[in-house]
Amino acid sequence: MTETTLGLFTIFVLSVFVGFEVISKVSSVLHTPLMSGANAIHGVILIGSIIILGTGDGAAQIVLGFVAVVLATINAVGGFVVTDRMLEMFKGRARK
Amino acid sequence: MNRAETIELIYLFSAVCFIVALKGLSSPRSARAGNLIGAAGMVVAVGATFATPGLHRIGLIVVALVLGTAVGVPAARSVKMTAIPQMVAAFNGVGGGAAALVSLAEFDRGHASFGTAAAVLFSTLIGAVSFTGSAITFLKLQELMTGRPVVLPRQREINVALAVAALAFVGWGLSDRSVTAAVLLTLVAGVMGVLFVLPVGGADVPVVISLLNSFTGLAVAATGAVLRTTLLIVAGTLVGASGTLLTRMMSQAMGRPLSSTLFGALTATAAAGAVAEDGGDRSVRTGTVDDVAVLLAYANRVVVVPGYGLAVAQAQHTIRELADLLESRGVEVVYGIHPVAGRMPGHMNVLLAEANVPYEQLREMDDVNPQFPLTDVVLVVGANDVVNPAARDSPGSPIYGMPILNVDEARAVVFLKRSMRPGFAGIDNALLYDPKTTMLFGDAKETLTALVSAVKTA
Repeated sequence: MTETTLGLFTIFVLSVFVGFEVISKVSSVLHTPLMSGANAIHGVILIGSIIILGTGDGAAQIVLGFVAVVLATINAVGGFVVTDRMLEMFKGRARK
Repeated sequence: MNRAETIELIYLFSAVCFIVALKGLSSPRSARAGNLIGAAGMVVAVGATFATPGLHRIGLIVVALVLGTAVGVPAARSVKMTAIPQMVAAFNGVGGGAAALVSLAEFDRGHASFGTAAAVLFSTLIGAVSFTGSAITFLKLQELMTGRPVVLPRQREINVALAVAALAFVGWGLSDRSVTAAVLLTLVAGVMGVLFVLPVGGADVPVVISLLNSFTGLAVAATGAVLRTTLLIVAGTLVGASGTLLTRMMSQAMGRPLSSTLFGALTATAAAGAVAEDGGDRSVRTGTVDDVAVLLAYANRVVVVPGYGLAVAQAQHTIRELADLLESRGVEVVYGIHPVAGRMPGHMNVLLAEANVPYEQLREMDDVNPQFPLTDVVLVVGANDVVNPAARDSPGSPIYGMPILNVDEARAVVFLKRSMRPGFAGIDNALLYDPKTTMLFGDAKETLTALVSAVKTA
């Protein structure tokens, strides 16, 4: 893993455009579930938290890493579950 | 292909899952599948991370994962539909907090380049703002504190001072790679998050949650730059970019530029005086259930305007029963849905969909507004601010400029409300005192149940 800073920056810029394009037209009905789903996706910070907890040295880093893993798990797991519950409500309508 | 490259490839797969998930969530048909694809991407990414070379403390990691799941799943499962917005705010806040902590811990290892130090400071700043800001939105929506805008005395000066302090800590952190500076920056940013959200009132809070959501995305992306993990950069940036767009769309749905949503209370403190215009001696007409039942049963056209009160009373099935009954008597019934009725855009659609209200009966604001003059009765169930004519007529009002449902143009208006208490924005509603308005006080579900049986005999 020896990405150059320029390579990471390229990925960042391209991701901005994908992010804008991917939700260009959304009805207001779906604003809340979409926000909640996006909320769950940034729970991916869990990956970083695990790496910190698993590779850190010293008490400070381990404590920070542990708390981060707990918080990030709440974000990711809770986020996907609550979004699914919201969308469950739309089921009935989709069939009609 | 070595192990690190395999992990990278799996991360790429997860990133694609997240993009597909966001795409899916943009359309009602594919939304649920989209969410599940996102969750699958997350599970795969976490699994791959366990294979990271040199990863220790696997047991401790599993304990933390189990702990987080044990908190997150029951919270998400048991939360009432009415409380979902604050749940999303809470999940967002902890994510922002995690991003800040990860960056701090990585900074503590030392050897940071200038660019890495900048990314660390950015992600601790934004992550901490998102954490405390979300906490305040949670308190506001949970009604643990007032929903009205709160502006501290001399807040502008305080804001400037905090911004200067933050800049100073950023400079210190960049020049010395000082962990102390990063910690102090985190604390200052936490205070900034609180002061950023306090002046935002009432119905605008959801827009702020969306904005903080995109903030957390950016903090995660910056953390990805610190750790040089592309998945974090891609996923965080996706959320940051789409969240910004979503925030603008939500703000537009309320008909106001984002700046007035965020900073309206700071620039227009004088308007607060206009809140309680001329209350007091005006009289309110309270009707009986039987009066209203007759009014409804012999109407040609009825528009139901649902609001937060309907959600609180869980009266969505009862309102549907009433609507079906009226339809069977030949009354035309539609639902007028304000984009921000309830506590979140789409809140009412979700609630009514649960009660299997036919999609054709749900009308958006722009469709239903021209028809109010042709409407005999508007039944307002637990809504207030979204029908308050002050948003249209009274320039001093804090909600002035917000598009409303023009229910005052109908021939008669019936309010089902628990009390005369003002709505979430804390603003008096002159329509309640209008001669053509009838009030029915009480729990929406009980009142509607009584109305159903009264209409049957009318």
